[in-house]
Amino acid sequence: MDTKKMINYGLWMLLLPVFMSSCEQKDTKKVIEGNAAQQVYVEPGEYDEFYAFMSGGFSGQITAYGLPSGRLLREIPVFSQYPENGYGYSEETKPMFNTSYGFVPWDDSHHIELSQTKGEFDGRWLFVNGNNTPRIARIDLTTFETVEILEIPDVAGLHCAPFITENSEYLVSGTRFSVPIPQKDVPIETYKENFKGLINYVSVDPEHGHMELAFQIEMPGFNYDLARNGKAVSHGWSFLTTYNSEQAHSLLEVNASQKDKDLMAIINWKKAEQYMEEGRFTERQTSYFHNLMDESSGIVESEEKTLTKILNPKDCPDMVYFIPVPKSPHGCDVDPSGEYIVGNGKLSADMSVYSFSKIQKAIEEENFDGEIDGIPIINYEAGLHGILKKPGLGPLHTEFDDKGNAYTTFFISSEVVKWDVETKEILDRHATYYSPGHLVIPGGETRKPDGKYLVAMNKITKDRYLPTGPELAHSAQLFDISGDKMKLILDFPTKGEPHYAQAIKADKIMPNSKKFYNIEDNTHPHATLGEGKTRVERDGNDVHVYMTAMRSHLAPDNIEGFKVGDKVYFHLTNLEQDWDVPHGFAMQGATNAELLVMPGQTKTLLWEPKKVGVFAFYCTDFCSALHQEMSGYARVSPKGSDVKLKWGLNEELRSGQQAANEFYDQARANANATASNN
Amino acid sequence: MKNLKLSVFLIATIALCSCGSEGESERKTAKDFQREVEKKEVPESIKEGKGIGEIKQVELTDELDEAMIKVGKSIYDMKCASCHKLTDQRVVGPGFQGITNRRKPEWIMNMITNVDVMLEKDPTAQALLEECLTRMPNQNVSVGDARQILEFFRKNDLEMAGEKDKAI
Repeated sequence: MDTKKMINYGLWMLLLPVFMSSCEQKDTKKVIEGNAAQQVYVEPGEYDEFYAFMSGGFSGQITAYGLPSGRLLREIPVFSQYPENGYGYSEETKPMFNTSYGFVPWDDSHHIELSQTKGEFDGRWLFVNGNNTPRIARIDLTTFETVEILEIPDVAGLHCAPFITENSEYLVSGTRFSVPIPQKDVPIETYKENFKGLINYVSVDPEHGHMELAFQIEMPGFNYDLARNGKAVSHGWSFLTTYNSEQAHSLLEVNASQKDKDLMAIINWKKAEQYMEEGRFTERQTSYFHNLMDESSGIVESEEKTLTKILNPKDCPDMVYFIPVPKSPHGCDVDPSGEYIVGNGKLSADMSVYSFSKIQKAIEEENFDGEIDGIPIINYEAGLHGILKKPGLGPLHTEFDDKGNAYTTFFISSEVVKWDVETKEILDRHATYYSPGHLVIPGGETRKPDGKYLVAMNKITKDRYLPTGPELAHSAQLFDISGDKMKLILDFPTKGEPHYAQAIKADKIMPNSKKFYNIEDNTHPHATLGEGKTRVERDGNDVHVYMTAMRSHLAPDNIEGFKVGDKVYFHLTNLEQDWDVPHGFAMQGATNAELLVMPGQTKTLLWEPKKVGVFAFYCTDFCSALHQEMSGYARVSPKGSDVKLKWGLNEELRSGQQAANEFYDQARANANATASNN
Repeated sequence: MKNLKLSVFLIATIALCSCGSEGESERKTAKDFQREVEKKEVPESIKEGKGIGEIKQVELTDELDEAMIKVGKSIYDMKCASCHKLTDQRVVGPGFQGITNRRKPEWIMNMITNVDVMLEKDPTAQALLEECLTRMPNQNVSVGDARQILEFFRKNDLEMAGEKDKAI
């Protein structure tokens, strides 16, 4: 056994770097050492130290995990409808999916960005991009709910987004695929002539977080892949990797890998702001949607925007530069000091590290090697801090700790490599299982990383978990990076395909977490603020049911007078004012989803009865010992029948519209009296 | 309350026999709760029937304040009416008719504003939970609002039961 191990060990040393995803699972005793179990064990009733927010990739959502436990705390629906709570199905939230293409209930969420103040996470909001139908979403971290989605016009594959500046001034978002702008019917082979790329600057309102498309920068038709913004010394600048400088439009894996270098775009956005103020932009008619949830009613308002402002580098000198970067770069990462920028060339054996001050000097001295579309190309060597020689195969992403070290994932050689940013010396390497994409260190993108943990998000799981058919959950691996050597301490499965994650100290979010919605602040026009105000009203074929939920009954729970062909709107108000007591609502035969209504909220489900009979509805969230009793019946009569509206709860059914209206007027007067007294 | 003191010897015996077993196979009666309360260090306010919480002393004037009643009723309509009727009919929780004749104003306001602690420590509240089987939820009512609700209860008692404040 021992000799076998020795031979194995020797082989591994010889073969590094190797393509590991084809390997058998290794003996975990070799990779786990010391007190890993104790390090990741969070005792029952205790809290995790960090929240880690992971994007869901093709799930379109975000998940929140606790670190170091790896426990899933919550899935936050963002770009995909979520029948579990009615997000995207309820009348209030459906407009969140409005786009210039119509209602789009899915997307591909990639990059998580936490809001920042002075280069540190402030725990207020979370932003994430939708890749396929270009959009950016904002999640409110007091409620963990998506409250805003902004579409980005005239781009394709919004992969290079939504990278945030150090005071959350902008979310920098570039197009991954260049397209004709404005869109037109042209042969694809006219790519070089007709296709352009846009880099978008989305401003964030400092008080409310509301997003607005401030300006777009028109760029050559490359593929803009990833970005980071400068911080501290480099604040005011953005850095974006590009690939396909060949401008190929078919079989990119070959045709976009012809040159030995691509380009990194460097943008002086303070300069861009100045040009905007000077009015050096052109305006273009287009169409894109801005969807925003009103905090007090929970209703999403959707607005079509029709104008964008575009800056062209030709008319705006000293705003955009290029610098060569090794072939097909992916990640583009800025260290905590803001001085060093790492460009990871996927297909290069070496990694280039750039120096911000050297880039500035090269710009000053006009040390350029030509230009593209009026954009100067900075001399490669002039901007270089140095080269990391042969660190591994397929470098993708880099994050930083608080001790001057960088950690880079290598997709092909399946490992994380630790190196010193200043000296470019490789300090440690650790295998991951298998093929890591992004990695995250809490605060690793900010001025103040917390160099305690690192999570590698692997693209291939294979033999790490009990098999679940052809597809396995993607695996995340937690490393302790507090010492000189990285220690693998936990594997945990993740949802969808996390393309990136950010982790933040729990105490920056925990104290602000909302426990329920104040019912006094509920301004939903169909709210029912008290059981005495419950009623049913008909308006042509539309029927509005004003219903309340309280442990453990729905009111009204017997309703008659619905007819086939009606559109029935159940407006359910949860009257609870206690933490973690949502009520659900499910209607037999409803063709959408359920509602899950938080305490103090109102949500609306549309039901279009198609059959005659008596149908049950009930609460879906186990809310009390009498949850099973929380149910009711809706009677549906044939179209054109004269069954009158009747509704009630444990009392004679109230009937007649007139009586209901008097009752409602009285209730409204009471509510107004309450409002004026508070 | 007084004859309970006779049971102290009995309780001591029971406590010796129970060997620390926490199994709750039988339903506790209000009497059992009160015996337990006797055993533990019971806060003075609970012994006085004022419950436990922020409200130590409420001064009432015999005359009712109509403005407070109006606000109290609107809060009742929004946050309480789902479970409590104004008659003596119990639905989810007990009917409110006669509440100020049964409970001291401090107890009522503590029950509204400090329900979780009341259910943990106050024997009267515990007995009601045994009866109704649904924990009263915390409805996030401020002390000021609870006072207005109390005023509304006093008026309701006058109308429904013909008298108010008999528990003081």
